[in-house]
Amino acid sequence: MVNPIKRIPKEMFEPKRVDESLAEKIEKPSLSFWQDAWLRVKKNKAAIVSVVVLTLLIIMALIGPYLSGHTVQQNVEHANLPPRIAAVADVSWLPFDGTLKNRDGAILTPYEDRQITESYWFGTDSLGRDLFTRLWLGVRISLFIAFLATAIDMVIGVSYGAISGYFGGRVDNIMQRIIEILSGIPNLVIVILLILILEPGILAITLALALTGWVTMARVVRGQVLKLKNQEFALASKTLGATDYRIIFKHLMPNMVGVIIVNMMFTIPSAIFFEAFLSFIGLGLKPPNASLGTLIEDGFRVMLLYPYMLIIPSIVISLLMVTFNLLGDGLRDALDPKMRD
Amino acid sequence: MVGYLLKRIGLMLLTLFIVISLTFFLMKLIPGSPFSAAAKLNETQRAIMAAKYGLDQPVPVQYLKYMTNVLQGDLGVSFQFSNTPVTELIAKRIGPSATLGLQAMIFGTIFGIILGVIAALRQNTWMDYGSTLVAVLGKSIPSFVFAAMLQYFIAVRLGWFPVAFWRGYEYSILPTIALAIFPISIAARFMRTEMIEVLSSDYIVLARAKGASSFEVAFKHALRNALIPVVTVLGPLAVSLITGSLVVERVFAIPGLGEQFVTSINVLDYPVIMGTTILFAALFIFVVLIVDILYSIIDPRIRLSGGEN
Repeated sequence: MVNPIKRIPKEMFEPKRVDESLAEKIEKPSLSFWQDAWLRVKKNKAAIVSVVVLTLLIIMALIGPYLSGHTVQQNVEHANLPPRIAAVADVSWLPFDGTLKNRDGAILTPYEDRQITESYWFGTDSLGRDLFTRLWLGVRISLFIAFLATAIDMVIGVSYGAISGYFGGRVDNIMQRIIEILSGIPNLVIVILLILILEPGILAITLALALTGWVTMARVVRGQVLKLKNQEFALASKTLGATDYRIIFKHLMPNMVGVIIVNMMFTIPSAIFFEAFLSFIGLGLKPPNASLGTLIEDGFRVMLLYPYMLIIPSIVISLLMVTFNLLGDGLRDALDPKMRD
Repeated sequence: MVGYLLKRIGLMLLTLFIVISLTFFLMKLIPGSPFSAAAKLNETQRAIMAAKYGLDQPVPVQYLKYMTNVLQGDLGVSFQFSNTPVTELIAKRIGPSATLGLQAMIFGTIFGIILGVIAALRQNTWMDYGSTLVAVLGKSIPSFVFAAMLQYFIAVRLGWFPVAFWRGYEYSILPTIALAIFPISIAARFMRTEMIEVLSSDYIVLARAKGASSFEVAFKHALRNALIPVVTVLGPLAVSLITGSLVVERVFAIPGLGEQFVTSINVLDYPVIMGTTILFAALFIFVVLIVDILYSIIDPRIRLSGGEN
């Protein structure tokens, strides 16, 4: 096992010239925080697909109710019509041909039987209201509740966490004990009791969600503030005479934006879930208002006869939840400084 | 350790006390009365009913009385089920709920852990992607949507399982799956991350070097350490099962606590709502404490201190 040693010319051992001035050269353009984050999100295919799907859903929530040409006016003669889309009615694997299967397997054709010429894309409910329009109105309300609750959450959580972390000492101690006790109470209990008191409605649900959701945000923000407040830039600002308010909001906050956004991305789907959950146990919006939760609840009641009333809103809420969660995951990976490579 | 435990138990009792008081006073704020549905009652009859249930007394008196009763294990009598004591109602209903909850918890965590381990051992293969897909879907899709879909497609369309009710073991399978999907997804995600981290540590390399089979490495060496952090999520998981049981029991018409809670809300049966709330809260607080203690027993590196670090 003797390796034949190649003859290596002597010149190869001469030290190479190093140009000192090049040592400090920056090879790549410097990236801002957001450019950096965007680069990383772009690599995450699931997150990108989620952004696209979410954008589509939000656009539909805004314009969807005006597209079908039907309103949510009651029209009992058109009640319980299955979905029919003329363009794809002949595609056999798509359930948009306007027929219904009976439990015994018999096929019903309510459009022909009742001689209705117009098509309802997602069918109609028991009062003959167009479900396509109602669905997107419902998505709109669900998203509105989720966004509003998340915004309130953020304001309370960030302020609470920042104050608790920044001032420390006894203030922190007391505020943390309060949080400890609050987080000991199941959210569900508070939400249900609040809704019972406030009478179900958009505002009551939003308020109940906001009041229970801010604790996580407050904890996260407090942790960040504790970490940041003793760093040099904060101390420098303090020695220059900046007020506490200015230090918190001008200096500490920009450093926490990533964490706050990631947290919000997970609060939104949980708000959507809780709203639907409340509607499902009968504490949701009162008719004629509809949210995704009430649509699913209505559909569930007639599941055996008119499955489309349950399945369509179920698909939409699942899409919303999945995409928000995937986007949240993607953003967390992109914005978390610990993950930087 | 003992000091910490005492502090935690003290905090636990304080929280429970606050929950009970909060529930009581919020309940008093709710508009409407349990007798408003009985329209046939006239004023006198209503007053008699109120007196019978102690609703004519000032709120502080009612509060004191309620607290004394709760301390003695008496949660009052139900308004809707002709004077049945709440404790009796709960005792009657807790069976199906506990069965479902335990089954879902055991099945969910074990299956989730297996999924997570497989995903970690076969990283970036179809098995990994499949398990991730299950985890994402399970975490995202609301339990009642999932339950309704299971019921429609598997029970109604395919007829593999009974559609609803609670008449035997096969009736509990679909609800258990519906409840377990959340624990599965959380356990799988957690397990995968932990397992990947543990698998790259030095002692695993050593175990491989000394010639242990990959099966042995995975299950004898890596799994033990990777399991530790999973214990932390058991608390939140148990809580999610309580939330889930409210809707899943409704979907499958199971005579459990959750289903009763929902009906009681709809008819404003205060004592039942309060009793169930207290039970849920106590369960929640207790589970969190147990998980914390368990955590320190399993992993001696973690010392129970003030919980500040």
